[in-house]
Amino acid sequence: MSKIIDELKQDLRFIEGLKACISCGVCTAVCPAAQFYQYSPRDIMLTVQQGDEEKIDQLLKSDTIWYCGECLSCKTRCPRGNTPGYVIQALRQLSQQRGLFAQSRLGRQQLEVKRIIGDTMLKRGYCVYVDDVETDYHPEQGPVWDWFRKHTATISRRIGANYDGEGSGSMRRIAEEDMAELRAIFEETGAMERFETIEKWIANEQE
Amino acid sequence: MNKNNNRKWQDYQKEIAEDDYYYARSCIRQNFFPGSEETFLRILREVLGKNVYDDPHQTTCTGIAYHSGIVPIETTMTVVARQYSLMNDAGYRNFIPSCVTSFGIYTEMEDAWKHFPETLDNTRKQLHSSTGREFEQPENLVHTSDIIYKFRNEIAAKAKYRLINKETGEPLKVVDHVGCHYAKIFPSKGVGGAEFPKVLTGMIEAWGGEVVDYPERRHCCGFGFRNYIVKENRAYPLSNSKLKFDSMKPYQPDFIVTNCPGCTFFLDRWQYVLAEAEGITYGENGYGIPVLTYEEMAGLILGLDPWEMGMQLHQVSVESLLDKIGIEYDPHAKYLGGKMEYLGAPKEPKVLKV
Repeated sequence: MSKIIDELKQDLRFIEGLKACISCGVCTAVCPAAQFYQYSPRDIMLTVQQGDEEKIDQLLKSDTIWYCGECLSCKTRCPRGNTPGYVIQALRQLSQQRGLFAQSRLGRQQLEVKRIIGDTMLKRGYCVYVDDVETDYHPEQGPVWDWFRKHTATISRRIGANYDGEGSGSMRRIAEEDMAELRAIFEETGAMERFETIEKWIANEQE
Repeated sequence: MNKNNNRKWQDYQKEIAEDDYYYARSCIRQNFFPGSEETFLRILREVLGKNVYDDPHQTTCTGIAYHSGIVPIETTMTVVARQYSLMNDAGYRNFIPSCVTSFGIYTEMEDAWKHFPETLDNTRKQLHSSTGREFEQPENLVHTSDIIYKFRNEIAAKAKYRLINKETGEPLKVVDHVGCHYAKIFPSKGVGGAEFPKVLTGMIEAWGGEVVDYPERRHCCGFGFRNYIVKENRAYPLSNSKLKFDSMKPYQPDFIVTNCPGCTFFLDRWQYVLAEAEGITYGENGYGIPVLTYEEMAGLILGLDPWEMGMQLHQVSVESLLDKIGIEYDPHAKYLGGKMEYLGAPKEPKVLKV
């Protein structure tokens, strides 16, 4: 297998994200995830900048790379034009390509993310759709959501939306010809392969 | 403003096309606050007389999937390219996404294509190979809130109401919450940049309100993509929003306005959760602080019916704000359906007053 650092350097987000980190810690100071978790984007930047293969390998197997919320506040504030959030995207990609994500609790959550967001995109053409959002899984939605889901069609008419309808408008049903193009893009560009990888590695882990 | 500040401000002005827009819808907002998507079109077409194309062929931009790491960047680039191809088919050049995550996605892919031209070539090949399509990039790419900002004075001139407390005559105190991906990724792409964005404050001030400055004003709402999608991670977004609510509470805001579909949703729903779980409420007398989209704010001052704009889909009720402004509305019409049939009211929360 090629060196981890060489593989990372193939990812444009790694190239864009890590120029020269001066370890000032501004990224960690503004990071919402660092405020909430035992987590430091500064430490990640130092680890990848040092290029120690073993340490980066440990990072790819750890929960650490899955805390970031991708708000990208770090990009705005870094005085040297680095973007820790981009570096983390590259690390997450490599962790999944190598199957290492399955070795951490937060990494294994990729299966849930794939089955919620990935499968909804393939089925409906949306990242999220009203019919799939259950209050059992989303209790924060509150009673107003139950009310909306019970009466979606008629409320949709009242507010000018087009729930499950043909043509344009909010919540419209996306036509099969468009779904076919979306799925073809997913096949061509590696999304389907990524979905299969996530399913496969988690299945292996459970055996 | 001194000379240097003037120069800085010039850096953060951006070109916003005058007319003829290709509208790219938001997954979250179509499903959680669909009325705002339609209100945007109503304001542009019926109030401002603009031409906007609403394309049935568009799909997700993959933004939430991309930021959760489940799709490669090549997938997102090619889906973006397909959206542009649809815009080309329809004969438009001005692309306006309503989602802030999408706006960030489009600007990020544009930036990547610029810095790595080989990725643009590759995207062209992958789009053609998978769909037979070709594409040209838009001449103008802005967020939909930029359009409302651009025409804020025209809207003010046609407004029926102002953001003023009817009883006291004082300006309403408004919290502006700008979605992170509007300008934090590329400050030069947002009106006013990332530190002092003008996109919402420009609207608030033009319509008579007073902007609330508070310590955690620029803090993320906490969406965090996989941090929200996976149920066991949701303490993260909840804690982020709570930090903001605790920080803004002493300023007693009359309402919050956001330009991001996710932020509108989270700042609305987490107030419900904090009330039910912790007994904490942030508005007056056990109510929450109403959370509006900028189209709802514009629609209200223009005299549009709050229930036709879908404001009954907020978990934090908005009537306190309507009453403060003095907006005429029918409280009994809140829970009517498309044939004006009564649907019954949603169950009331145990703690949060609605």
